[in-house]
Amino acid sequence: MLPGIIAKFDETIDLMFRFLSGFGSYWLLLGKVFARPEKHSIYYRQTMKELISLGLRSIGITIIISFFMGAVITLQTAYNTENPIYPTYLIGLGCRDSIILEFSSTIVALILAGKVGSNIASEIGTMRVTEQIDALELMGVNSASYLILPKVVATLVFNPFLTLISIVVGIMGGWIAGTSAGVITTQDFIYGIQYAFIPYYITYSLIKTLFFAFIITTVSAFQGYYVEGGSLEVGRASTKAVVYSSITILLFNVILTQLLLS
Amino acid sequence: MIRAENVTKSFGGREVLKNISATFEPGKTNLIIGKSGSGKTVFLKCIVGLLEIDEGNIWYGDTLFSKLDFTGKKEIRKEMGMLFQGSALFDSMTVEENVRFPLDMFTRMSEEEKLERINFCLKRVDIINSNSLFPAELSGGMRKRVAIARAIALKPRYLFCDEPNSGLDPKTSIVIDELIKEITVELNMTTIVNTHDMNSVMENGEKIIFIEEGEKCWEGCKTEILKSDCKILNDFVFANSLAKQLKASSLEE
Repeated sequence: MLPGIIAKFDETIDLMFRFLSGFGSYWLLLGKVFARPEKHSIYYRQTMKELISLGLRSIGITIIISFFMGAVITLQTAYNTENPIYPTYLIGLGCRDSIILEFSSTIVALILAGKVGSNIASEIGTMRVTEQIDALELMGVNSASYLILPKVVATLVFNPFLTLISIVVGIMGGWIAGTSAGVITTQDFIYGIQYAFIPYYITYSLIKTLFFAFIITTVSAFQGYYVEGGSLEVGRASTKAVVYSSITILLFNVILTQLLLS
Repeated sequence: MIRAENVTKSFGGREVLKNISATFEPGKTNLIIGKSGSGKTVFLKCIVGLLEIDEGNIWYGDTLFSKLDFTGKKEIRKEMGMLFQGSALFDSMTVEENVRFPLDMFTRMSEEEKLERINFCLKRVDIINSNSLFPAELSGGMRKRVAIARAIALKPRYLFCDEPNSGLDPKTSIVIDELIKEITVELNMTTIVNTHDMNSVMENGEKIIFIEEGEKCWEGCKTEILKSDCKILNDFVFANSLAKQLKASSLEE
């Protein structure tokens, strides 16, 4: 009995130690990432490349998901408010608020954690196991800053645009689905999305997006940067990047919602 | 000149390098030989500072490199070039961009000067009309040569090569060996090569250090290796029958 308890205790201590050690390494890595860049022109060029790779190439998936999620939200709201005491414009209002408050920031961030996060972790992880990061370090380049900072800047700049695109496309999806299914008229939907509109909700959504963009990039880069081994470990790091950044996003979603909306 | 003094390195309680001391001279191809897992790569990575040593000192000329901080090391690293085992070319960049990278990062050369230097380095390693190719489109030997071109782009004082012949056919290996030797003399560099290729040892071994299980067991040059009576060295160097015959004939002479 007692040896079993001691073994469990040791396991818990070991787990806590690994968590704290990983947490410390994450902050040390951030310290290296935000060190003064060696040559601004090269960092600018890298940032432009990352804007295309991580930003522009995410527009397609954002549009597709937002359109269908907007459509589903509208239809779900309509079927759950089939009561004469609820005015139909509430369907438009529900669609608008769901998309702005939660979907376009949080759900899109979770999807981007899958797409962008795994991309970042596998790219940096492969560079680590093929000694490309060693090559950078040997040249005297701050590899963490050179590889990660442009990605952080690119996602911080571009993800708010993705959120705005998602809001517009999501509401359009809701309107098309609602009117096509005959659950709401165009006039009622437009009245609903304008009813009691609070502009701060957009600001709230964009603030969340900035936090989530930072989490996706830095957590995924951290997983890739410290990979040891070969392709199997790179694959594992890629999976960890998606899981850890998703969990962190969900945790910060609760914290930010409480801080920004209370 | 590079000097390693009593270098010790452990990983999780396992001592990989045990009190190694060695001097590497400029204008010469200095070889570190030993079987796989003997600690050659760890020693080389300690010398270049990619791994922190536990005890001892690494000197670059009169500078105690191993005690420098990141900024101090950075200055010396600008004078280093390294050819990694797998070439370590940047996958997302073309051949030209790979060679251009250190020039962009650390020089204020004009575009014409950079292009001139890139083409000179690529021509020197016999890579012609391949500027726009990506590393994935090159053969193993070509990748090694592009990696050498990148390593010499900034005219380094120190060149490090980790198993430059691994994965290459014997003929290409000789080409790479000759290239390293010629460039070393041309630029009067201090070159350190990690290898277990016996052709390299016999061709380039102006100074050889033999490491076995993390310890330096022998030091000499290619002519001395033939007459050495160090059993562990002889078992390693003259492992096949052809090499044994060579050893026997050299002793008869």
